[in-house]
Amino acid sequence: MSSKPTNVVIAGLGGQGVLKASDILADVAFSAGLDVKKSELHGMSQRGGSVSSDVRFGERVFSPMVPEGEANFLLVLAPDQVAVNAAALAAGGILIDPSRIDELSLPNKKSINVALLGALSRHLQFSVEAWTAALRRNLPEKLLEANLLSFSIGQAVEPEK
Amino acid sequence: MDSLLQEHALSLLSGDEAVAMAACDAEVKLGTGYPGTPSTEILETFATLGGKAQWSPNEKVALEVAIGIAFAGARALVTMKHVGLNVAADALFTAAYTRLDGALVVVSADDPGMASSQNEQDNRRYAQAAGVPMLEPSDSQEAYEFTLRAIEISERWHVPVLLRMTTRVCHSKTVVRRGTITIPKPRPAHFAHDFSSRVMIPAYARPAHLRLRKTLAEIAAWNDETGPNELIAGSSSLGIVTSGVAFQYVREVAPEASVLKLGMTYPLPVERMRAFAESVDLCVVIEEGDPYLVEGARTAGIAVEGKPEMYRFGELNSSRVRRILNDDTSPEPKPVPGKPPALCPGCPHRSVYTALKNLDCIVAGDIGCYSLGVLPPFEAMDTLVCMGAAIGVGLGLRHSLPPEEAKRVVSVIGDSTFVHSGITGLVEMVYNPPAGGHVLLILDNGTTAMTGMQEHPGTGRTLAHVKTGRVVFEDLARSLGVRNVHTIDPSQDPLKFQALIQECLDTPELSVVIARRDCLLAARSIREYERCNEQQTD
Repeated sequence: MSSKPTNVVIAGLGGQGVLKASDILADVAFSAGLDVKKSELHGMSQRGGSVSSDVRFGERVFSPMVPEGEANFLLVLAPDQVAVNAAALAAGGILIDPSRIDELSLPNKKSINVALLGALSRHLQFSVEAWTAALRRNLPEKLLEANLLSFSIGQAVEPEK
Repeated sequence: MDSLLQEHALSLLSGDEAVAMAACDAEVKLGTGYPGTPSTEILETFATLGGKAQWSPNEKVALEVAIGIAFAGARALVTMKHVGLNVAADALFTAAYTRLDGALVVVSADDPGMASSQNEQDNRRYAQAAGVPMLEPSDSQEAYEFTLRAIEISERWHVPVLLRMTTRVCHSKTVVRRGTITIPKPRPAHFAHDFSSRVMIPAYARPAHLRLRKTLAEIAAWNDETGPNELIAGSSSLGIVTSGVAFQYVREVAPEASVLKLGMTYPLPVERMRAFAESVDLCVVIEEGDPYLVEGARTAGIAVEGKPEMYRFGELNSSRVRRILNDDTSPEPKPVPGKPPALCPGCPHRSVYTALKNLDCIVAGDIGCYSLGVLPPFEAMDTLVCMGAAIGVGLGLRHSLPPEEAKRVVSVIGDSTFVHSGITGLVEMVYNPPAGGHVLLILDNGTTAMTGMQEHPGTGRTLAHVKTGRVVFEDLARSLGVRNVHTIDPSQDPLKFQALIQECLDTPELSVVIARRDCLLAARSIREYERCNEQQTD
């Protein structure tokens, strides 16, 4: 039997960069040679409403959506979306939300998505080089530097037990 | 995305992107369609990859163009969301009778759960009703492979093929290995007269129908023998028949079960299903939406268990499949409601709905971002049925309501939706005008905003944003005989806009008001496209 995949749910509001964050995470896992699936909904959800995206990676992944209550990590970009998505989290799963990061320390508020990925990276096996390469592939050149900085600020946050 | 066409064998793609990649590999001559979630990205990606793709005014026209391509011996891909196939159905049913020389693949992107749609119809019914072979991919790899197979099947049997996808297949990204299937190169386009195969007058259509049923019987036999169906051997106590993304949930929650995964679900591989059902103690069908496979199996006398009716509604997922297998019909936990979508701050539709609410209008609405006018704080849209219905429904209300109420009725439709299927409504308005007149309000924000800023004939730019012929709504309305045609920016002076609507409501004549202001999200890109196009003309 293959081992269970790692399940990450990223949530927030339309326009916050939820899908961008899940693209970057899926890219890192894909580049590491893992089986990856990523799921999200487009369309109506883009108009400022709740948005969430699921990323699963491991030896073999079936469902593209994280089964309810099986998320190992829940990244929430908007504080008011924590309650909406709380049911996704597994017992013992880790919530990573903006309260963990001093927003004023970020080069800009919009890069909170990447800062939270930085915080997540402490819990995952991917190298800093792999993350940097994925950020490079998924962000326009002019935004790269600010996002690399945000990533490292997130990465410096001590993980909760 | 940029690296999609590089020589890397593996990429992480959405189902939509994978279909586009297959279309590229198969050298599809032209991709046509109308934007609709979750299908929109197929043609956009195809164009990005160097394919030729274009938006049509609606799905029926897109399919007709595609039929012409297949009559010419070339390969055509036509994409739409599930409800789009209703619009294209007239063409589909008779195209099935004709003999195609090239390939015709019709993508129907269904939306179980209605993430972004007005209904959750199950378009597998169309394959059966029209007599069109159907493939159902369960992930992006299969979206890639089944597109190629669909082309092969279409060319081998000279019939259109339905590639039926769903939201989770279209929009989920999964790993795709390119080049797993190779199909012959397309033949050069050519034309040879073949009246009895392509002119569906009754004398030719009668034998054509017989021919179609014979072809379907051949395809059914082929599907039984070597169709794209997969058997996963497991426990002999539980067997599961499944298709599409439901397969993934089945593998997630019942790894021990034997599984027959159907890739071609019309015509069904009935003998394969029978043998499978007989090989297990209990055979359960797990499918999203209608009991399509269940009915197909039972009609053939195969004993299967279906899902309880409550799971017909909405999408499936791992938890729901687990509940189905446990025969659990207890109430499902309600998800915590998220923040609903809303019109953007500063959106030009906002001033429109403020005015309509102030004037206490009865609003026959339509489909687009502006459908959000039904929600608070506006609550200023009274009906929404299908693309273009704003006009017909508004006219019906005008014809039947007492005069005092009738004079408050306004039809509200977006620019892209108007082109899609509002023009015939406008013709109806001119031809059968209500006694008290009518007001048609076209919300022209210069883009198909809802689906992600696609061009349409009213923008005068192609799918690739290059300048082309433009349909001018004012000219169109006047040429049809509407005398009161007004163009106004609804946000610039909201009170002036409201006064204009009041004035139109007060006259017993027909009025067309074009509320024109670019979508906030698209305005910058629109300016950029226009600048590029001007430079090219210089």
